Amino acid sequence: MVGVILLTLIVALAVLAPVIAPQNPYDLTQLDILDGRLPPGSESFSGLVYHLGTDSQGRDILSGILYGLRTSLIVGVLSAFAAAIIGTTVGLIAAYVGGRTESAIMRLVDLQLSFPTILMALMMLAILGKGVLNVVIALIIAEWATYARTVRGTALVEREKEYIEAAEAFRLPRWRILFRHLLPNCLAPVIVIATMQVARAIGLEATLSFLGLGASVTEPSLGMLISTGYQYLLTGLYWISFFPGIALLITIVSINLVGDRLRDVLNPRNA
Amino acid sequence: MAVSLIRRLIQAIFVILAMTVIVFVGVNVIGNPVDILINPDANQAERLRVIAHYGLDQPLWKQYMLFLQGLVHGDFGNSFVYGRPALSLILERLPATLELAISALLIAIVIGLPLGLYAGLYPNRISSRLIMSGSILGFSLPTFWVGLMLIMVFAVELRWLPTNGRGATAEFLGAQWSFLTRNGLSHLLLPAFNLALFKTSLILRLTRAGVQEVLPQDYIKFARAKGLSERRIVFVHVLKNLMIPLVTIIGLEFGSLIAFSVVTESIFAWPGMGKLIIDSINLLDRPVIVAYLMMMVILFVGLNFIIDVCYTLLDPRVRLDAKA
Repeated sequence: MVGVILLTLIVALAVLAPVIAPQNPYDLTQLDILDGRLPPGSESFSGLVYHLGTDSQGRDILSGILYGLRTSLIVGVLSAFAAAIIGTTVGLIAAYVGGRTESAIMRLVDLQLSFPTILMALMMLAILGKGVLNVVIALIIAEWATYARTVRGTALVEREKEYIEAAEAFRLPRWRILFRHLLPNCLAPVIVIATMQVARAIGLEATLSFLGLGASVTEPSLGMLISTGYQYLLTGLYWISFFPGIALLITIVSINLVGDRLRDVLNPRNA
Repeated sequence: MAVSLIRRLIQAIFVILAMTVIVFVGVNVIGNPVDILINPDANQAERLRVIAHYGLDQPLWKQYMLFLQGLVHGDFGNSFVYGRPALSLILERLPATLELAISALLIAIVIGLPLGLYAGLYPNRISSRLIMSGSILGFSLPTFWVGLMLIMVFAVELRWLPTNGRGATAEFLGAQWSFLTRNGLSHLLLPAFNLALFKTSLILRLTRAGVQEVLPQDYIKFARAKGLSERRIVFVHVLKNLMIPLVTIIGLEFGSLIAFSVVTESIFAWPGMGKLIIDSINLLDRPVIVAYLMMMVILFVGLNFIIDVCYTLLDPRVRLDAKA
């Protein structure tokens, strides 16, 4: 329950960012370089209070976090969703078609899963170049295999059940059996994995942005904010990195809590 | 057994070949090497000269053959930035990364295994619940941010430990190592701990899950009925049966530690391979990128192979033939 409430709050904050944020951190005309590196609670010349301080360019950290959350959530949801669709389709086809197609697909999946996500992502970014969109593509390519393996496992069990036999006896078209009969019964694990993957993708996006491979300086994501604060950390200006990190942590923890709960709800064995 | 090992070996070589195709196609076809290799201000004659020099005017399959030939000889070309062979640049930094990854793995095992064992044996104690909640945090905390906080607390505020670099090193087996000197060790501590955090949680949770799976088994009940000491049951009967999944995970995770050291090395300015690859991606130093990726591919395929072999040695029930 805590997770659901927290997550709803976070999503609401991210969606409403343009309304509630004291400042638009992307709009350079709203930034005042003279307000740079102010500690939390400082007041600007224009009377604006920086509750969480400002970064080196005079950007309000609180606004940066609210807008950064948007980037993080969009990247996380988009990549997890796309990977889920691709992975599920591939896994279903592998399980239903069987034979050579199946073993070829599963070889590819095994190959992919034997490399850590961050390495796959680095490989893709090395090929595609930097940027948020490329991070999304890299995350999709790095994560689809997890779904494919799980869905295939579930689908192999479901395929043997009577309702599939019945559908086949009706001579329904293959795609219909696949997507209308088999798919809905394989979805529970996909939903759980997808939830967890959103959290992982958000963490990975932040990491890649921190490494300078993701978001650009003018459009701060949480990882980028933390990264810009890194150089000031050594001089004791902790807030630039600290607060975005806390926001990132709360986001990831709440998504994981929701995922944990979903697993219990969707898995009849645990009920 | 020998036959199945050879079969595995052949499979491993095929995997490496498949990855060379992917890396080659990725770097040479999706990305355009000409744009990166050649100064945009260069005139037409200059362009053609560079294209011919790198063999980029050859048909693709011929380029691939050249690439494979280079791979076999360990020749990935010179780094654009350093002007030296890419492979030797990476190999020079290998000890630093290995040292970091091994230290992190040791920390993860030394902390994770006993705590997981404890939480598994006494699941209802409050301390066990605390340990498990702590491990969720360990999973969720972004590694790079924890690294920054470690620097902030231990290096900036408390001034106990240095912020970055490897410190003093000493020579051993022809390479430079930090863990042999006091100063180097103090530099190693924070990054190793940072890298270990995630794996500690993982090993902890796996150990706990394993213990809970083993405890209700008949042979444990039998050992109890025989009147064996609790100590013997835990350390011989439980632990031994935990080892197979743990060794697999530890083997696999060692590889991922090396991959993830990219992050930790960047934070702590640890001069290892990970920092080199990030710098190379930022500077588009293609030969170094390709050499790093191929080294990683070979490392992971090799690790998987070794794990497979360990499987058979550890557990006589698992025979590679049976699976094939």
